Amino acid sequence: MTDRTQAILWGLVTTASLAALIVVGSRSLAHFDAALVSYTFASLFATFGITYRYTMWLRRPPTQMYWRRGWQVFASPRHLGRNLLQLLRRFFLEFAANRFIFRRGGLRGLTHWLLMWGTLVAGAITFPLVFGWIHFETVPGHLDTYRAYFFGVSAGTFPIESAIGFIAFHGLVWASFLVLGGVMLAFRRRMVDHGAAALQQFGEDILPLLLLGAISITGLMLTVSYSWMKAYAYDFLAILHAITVIFTLLWLPFGKFFHIFQRPAQLGVGFYKEAGERGEQARCARCEQPYAPLPMVRDLTIVEQQLGFTYEMPRHAAGHYQRVCPKCRRALFGLAQGAAWSGARS
Amino acid sequence: MGVPHDLEFFVDPSRCIGCQACVQACSECNTHKGHSMIHLEFVDRANSVQTVPVVCMHCEQPTCAEVCPADAIKRTEDGVVQSARKPRCIACGNCVIACPFGVPEVHLAEQVMMKCDMCYDRMSVGKKPMCATVCPSQALFFGTRAEIIALRPRSTPMSTFRFGEQTIKTRVSVMMPRASASPQHLDVTAAMDDRTRGRSLKLAVVQDGRSDDTVDTDDPFAAVQV
Repeated sequence: MTDRTQAILWGLVTTASLAALIVVGSRSLAHFDAALVSYTFASLFATFGITYRYTMWLRRPPTQMYWRRGWQVFASPRHLGRNLLQLLRRFFLEFAANRFIFRRGGLRGLTHWLLMWGTLVAGAITFPLVFGWIHFETVPGHLDTYRAYFFGVSAGTFPIESAIGFIAFHGLVWASFLVLGGVMLAFRRRMVDHGAAALQQFGEDILPLLLLGAISITGLMLTVSYSWMKAYAYDFLAILHAITVIFTLLWLPFGKFFHIFQRPAQLGVGFYKEAGERGEQARCARCEQPYAPLPMVRDLTIVEQQLGFTYEMPRHAAGHYQRVCPKCRRALFGLAQGAAWSGARS
Repeated sequence: MGVPHDLEFFVDPSRCIGCQACVQACSECNTHKGHSMIHLEFVDRANSVQTVPVVCMHCEQPTCAEVCPADAIKRTEDGVVQSARKPRCIACGNCVIACPFGVPEVHLAEQVMMKCDMCYDRMSVGKKPMCATVCPSQALFFGTRAEIIALRPRSTPMSTFRFGEQTIKTRVSVMMPRASASPQHLDVTAAMDDRTRGRSLKLAVVQDGRSDDTVDTDDPFAAVQV
């Protein structure tokens, strides 16, 4: 079976699973809002696309190697307890707090933090509502009270005119504020930072910001329309908002948003690196100094061979160029050029 | 905008005087603010002052990009291999130990790989890379092929390298002697067992205003043996 066929199959499996969950969660579509069907189909397409791309990505030799090793190291019985604690710690520090991005710069960290939490909150509200997994009903005999249902199961009641009700029903508004703050900061950076300006690409860097901004603004306009303008142009705004959201969902597998699904690989890499540091270190064939974990060097040698690189050195005791440390590689570059000139002079 | 195709980077390690100007200038680049991405390496510090400036050679088939599990390293259409795209880089370090020239660095705190990107911000607006701009001995030169050939008639640029059985072609060239039987590539791993030649400096000892070596010449350095 080819990689492509496998990716298509996995895509179909996840898409079918989501469709089944929608049917189950909405109680055979009883709580499914037909007006949101376009969002649902866009979500199903995004699921297929993301799974397809993820599977193809995992088939690349280096990714496959890290995927396998990451899980092996993480699930190692000897270190599982410590790994779970470490996972929890990293989840909060690196993912929830974006510590590693704040280290690149305060504003940069804040930008990403606002964008990330804005989109996460919006996603956590939108998807369950669209799929019919969450719905609200007034409690019989208590018209001022709502009962929330999750997957058709009662999840508690709350007064409509309460702080909880206000916060919950305006969740997408708060998310929009977070996203818009992040979008503005990101655009500011792309306008004033020469480095970012030189490297940025429209599809990769600008379009995602425009989409997030468009979703937030059109979403807020809907709130403004029904709250203060007697639903002026509401239908038009609803269609406009749907277009921005659906385009973003369709774009998810292709552009920068894919990093949302790719980036957690960082966790596996962390465990692999820690295991490497605990183990034997590779020593350079030239200077005999340790330079990297030996298993990592071995794995990389295999990956290079799988990719068709031939760094083998059959006429030298080192056997493979991967056994030479980066520092010696740089020195060799100078020595080789110097030797060429010495040969030319003699 | 990208880098004009006729402009190339030429490295001549034999001209390097180890002044560190390139190292200092490199950190001015906006794409890697404050971090110097050039390696000024001592070839054999114990025996020699020989230094080699190592910039990214921008391989046609970059090993760093191929072995990147996150698919984060991209080569732009103008042949420049960019630093890892920050949203994707997972700081695994594969690129660091895979690069045949020993160029990339991983910054663990920031979880990102960085490397020389030929000062993309400068070059895309028609300026030269910082290091080539400040190099006093022109060990790092940025210009057209015609310019470098005219300036260095005894040299010829070469951009094919051998590492064991692997041939790597690069956008950046190294200056090699222009000889009739010049090789088709620079075999880097052939230097595996080479060491710099240890040199001693013997100076004539001056006693009572006279050197202990009687040298019948006006040349004050005639007695110096290297």
